[in-house]
Amino acid sequence: MWRDALLVGAKDLRVEARSRVATNQVAPFAVLVLVLFAFALDPDRGMLQRAAAGLFWVAVLFSAVLTVQRSQAVEGADGIGDALRLSGLDPAGIFLGKAGALAVELFALELVLGAGVIVLYGVDPAGYPTLVATAAAATLALAAAGTIYGALASGSRVQETLLPLLLLPAVAPVLIAATRAWEAALGTAVAVTAAADWVSLLGVLAVVYVAFGVAAFGPLMEER
Amino acid sequence: MRTSTSSSLTLSLGLAAGLSLGAAVVLGLTLPASVEQGEYSRLIAIHPGLAWASYLCFGVTALSSAAWLWPRTRAPRWDRLAGASAEIGVVFTALTLATGSIWGRPTWGVWWVWDARLTLSALMLALYLGYLALRRVPNPPEIRARRSAVAALLAVVVVPLNHFAVDWWRTLHQGRSFAQLDPGNDLDGAFIGAMLLGLLAMTLVYSWLLVHRYRVARLEDERDERSFEEALDARRRETVVAR
Repeated sequence: MWRDALLVGAKDLRVEARSRVATNQVAPFAVLVLVLFAFALDPDRGMLQRAAAGLFWVAVLFSAVLTVQRSQAVEGADGIGDALRLSGLDPAGIFLGKAGALAVELFALELVLGAGVIVLYGVDPAGYPTLVATAAAATLALAAAGTIYGALASGSRVQETLLPLLLLPAVAPVLIAATRAWEAALGTAVAVTAAADWVSLLGVLAVVYVAFGVAAFGPLMEER
Repeated sequence: MRTSTSSSLTLSLGLAAGLSLGAAVVLGLTLPASVEQGEYSRLIAIHPGLAWASYLCFGVTALSSAAWLWPRTRAPRWDRLAGASAEIGVVFTALTLATGSIWGRPTWGVWWVWDARLTLSALMLALYLGYLALRRVPNPPEIRARRSAVAALLAVVVVPLNHFAVDWWRTLHQGRSFAQLDPGNDLDGAFIGAMLLGLLAMTLVYSWLLVHRYRVARLEDERDERSFEEALDARRRETVVAR
């Protein structure tokens, strides 16, 4: 299973590295979202600094939708989905590989967005361990949920509109927990919250989504 | 082929649902106005029942989806039942949100607050609207059933997670309505009676709607199958005539 996961994950990352869609389109889109938030809110009264954690994770969610669509589009082209099914690879391995590749892409995107938040919003990145732990758990949860819902919405003509409708309500707890944990770490929380509790919740979310994906990808692969 | 969804079962269920719903409404309207919430407290006859029915709907959707995914019990009827129940669940959840909002206006002073249970209901509505959208994607029946079943089971996993997240986030909502049944609560017996009658009425309304919706789905499947066979026969006849 792990060998298959490495194969699929490396394949997805290689395709992304060669096509450069993530770097040329998704990352600029994510930064543009940060800039648009600054236009919508008042940048001169500390509003952006206070809301930075939430705005960061909303930008990540929007970008994640695009990245998931891209990840599924790779399988749809040239009958690659059928080839994967015929390859005899373990469906759980395929899920882990795709989710892993997606997590790597999202994490890279979060680094770009993190730099954007520091530069554009003037956030002081205090509490590094919490920020990194939150980002790691939230990214894993987003990648796993995105891979499952991406597979559910794949192959339909309405995939672009269906995927956000399916994915966003399901990852709402990730947004809430990641935002609260980052607020606690950055010291911008309105109420006193324990970052460790939120990071633990994110860990549970990641484990649940990964476990569900490992179990459900077999039946989903059968149909193709 | 049957063309109606009525039967003695639906007639009995419909009659029982209508009577119990009417009784719940009458009992609700005759309740005394409460000191804190005034006339709005009468909504106890409807609102908890709607919320309970929406959970029941999604529970049935999950169980039916599991039955479809399990190879030994796999049959189209489970997929139809899951879809029918989810559709009714979405209606009940929307009504729960609407009645909750009307009830919340005098209590909290605004139509909407970011309270844990309101937010959870809104997320649940969005989740199952997505589920229904997935069911409407034009796919072969087997693929539609498989994807819908996985999505329904995932939604059952997601709802408790959403519950934890929003519960920790904030809670303004009054205690659970069912907690009022515990001994030592300060709720008047008439209010408890109205609430229990509302629960029964909504369960019966749900059952009545479910049987009808299930039968409509079965008729739709039969129609699709028949139209394909008729088109195939017509095409074959054309080919024979041409020869």
